[in-house]
Amino acid sequence: MSKTKRLLAGPYLLWMIAFIIIPLVMIAIYGFTDKTGAFTWENVIAMVRPEHLKALWLSLKLAFLCTLVCLLLAYPLALILKAGGVKKGSFVVMIFILPMWMNFLLRTYAWLNLLDDGGILCTLLENLGIARFSIVGTNTAIVLGMVYNFLPFMVLPLYNVMCKIDDNVINAAKDLGANGFQVFWRVILPLSFPGIVSGITMVFVPSMTTFVISDLLGARKIMLIGNIIEQEFSTAANWNLGSGLSMVLMIFILISMAALNHYDKTGEGTSF
Amino acid sequence: MKVKKFLSQIYMTLIFIFMYAPIVTLIVFSFNENKGRRWSGFSLKWYQEMFESEMIMSALWNTIIIAFISATAATLLGVIACIGINSLKGKARNAYLAINNIPMLNSELVTGLAMMLLFIAFGISFGYTTIIVAHTTFCIPYVVLSVLPKLRQTDQRVYEAALDLGAKPIYAFFKVVLPDLLPGIVSGYLLAFTMSLDDFIITHFTKGAGINTLSTLIYSEVRKGIKPSMNALSTIMFFSVLLLLGIGTYGPKWKAKLRKNEK
Repeated sequence: MSKTKRLLAGPYLLWMIAFIIIPLVMIAIYGFTDKTGAFTWENVIAMVRPEHLKALWLSLKLAFLCTLVCLLLAYPLALILKAGGVKKGSFVVMIFILPMWMNFLLRTYAWLNLLDDGGILCTLLENLGIARFSIVGTNTAIVLGMVYNFLPFMVLPLYNVMCKIDDNVINAAKDLGANGFQVFWRVILPLSFPGIVSGITMVFVPSMTTFVISDLLGARKIMLIGNIIEQEFSTAANWNLGSGLSMVLMIFILISMAALNHYDKTGEGTSF
Repeated sequence: MKVKKFLSQIYMTLIFIFMYAPIVTLIVFSFNENKGRRWSGFSLKWYQEMFESEMIMSALWNTIIIAFISATAATLLGVIACIGINSLKGKARNAYLAINNIPMLNSELVTGLAMMLLFIAFGISFGYTTIIVAHTTFCIPYVVLSVLPKLRQTDQRVYEAALDLGAKPIYAFFKVVLPDLLPGIVSGYLLAFTMSLDDFIITHFTKGAGINTLSTLIYSEVRKGIKPSMNALSTIMFFSVLLLLGIGTYGPKWKAKLRKNEK
């Protein structure tokens, strides 16, 4: 019986090999060859060119900042949701699922209306007598756009892991004389760790590789590594270079995530 | 205690405002008389233009069809896979879970590019098929992650009891196991549908010329300024989903109330 059951994973395995593993092999093939098809390290080494390195460093910086802000915003929210409002479930849906039904490009673009010179926030600040300024085209705007888009991916795993923490454990800690801070530091924080790890993964990866948010809110002045790779494929049409760069980026992300997952002792995804 | 509750409320409200500020702006500007960032009077003309625009309507149709097919395919493949994975142990199981994690760890950018290269290498022409295959692929992991935990919680002995009582395995699965899995399947399906609907990056690389989803249509309009008719469409979609959610949440309660009143 168990054998036939095992066969049921077969179609999935075939699908994933065909559309996940083989495409990655394709990236490697393109990345390690030049336009004539000869083997080369050139495309991979291209990452250390100053303009690429600069973009990689900037992406890393902004992604790190975005992940940190998301964590700092989402953690208290998850704690509040655990402590229990009546409508916590629907609140999560409201901030996570519902906005996704308005296209994400459109939502990000709408920030322009708020932030741009002559936009709503600017006019408001101006009327309040604070200097007139616009943050569109700055790193701040991009981080704001990233936090806006990826915050739900931090809230959800944290919320799920918090819900699993047994109230009895917290009460036991309190009975044994722990104060509020100790309960948080010694009980809640360690137990929520898997949620933190998957939250960080789900925010860091897309913010590290985005090219759309920097396109929309960066006024095309700011080049992230995602923009560079996308341009190699779309306008520059140097697929080999693009593949080489994405391979380096992929390995870079996998290493940092593996290091992070090292701390997630259960090793079970907690995101959903 | 009251202060704490008050602060919690304020915090939740602030997060809510942050998430909804652009959405409200979007909705407000869908009623704007002129295209632009300043309010110039109320008008419904963008709604009319939206319904008249063939481009928008076909992009909407594509988006929904693609989301529907991909989410359905991903759910079928994912649920069947979960049963298989759940019967595995140790290394084999971990290998499957690792494969499942690749699309989530491997940014959408790399996934999209890799698929594009695959389709080109095998001479598959871009269009509906390529988008659907790509969407199904990135949706499957979400389904697996929603269903697998539910499957682990189900009691194996109930299924075995059904077999002992003479049920065929398939019958026992549909009668005993599936009802327990249903919440996981539904949330996996909805998640997959939503992710597919909102996806831009993977569609961007796998669509080819001549076919647009809402995301790619909007992206192509960014340079010349997005028309408010897009806002109009989003507004309608937003309120439709809100309505559906409302019916889903409060519908059963109203029904119960009505029944009570009848008695």
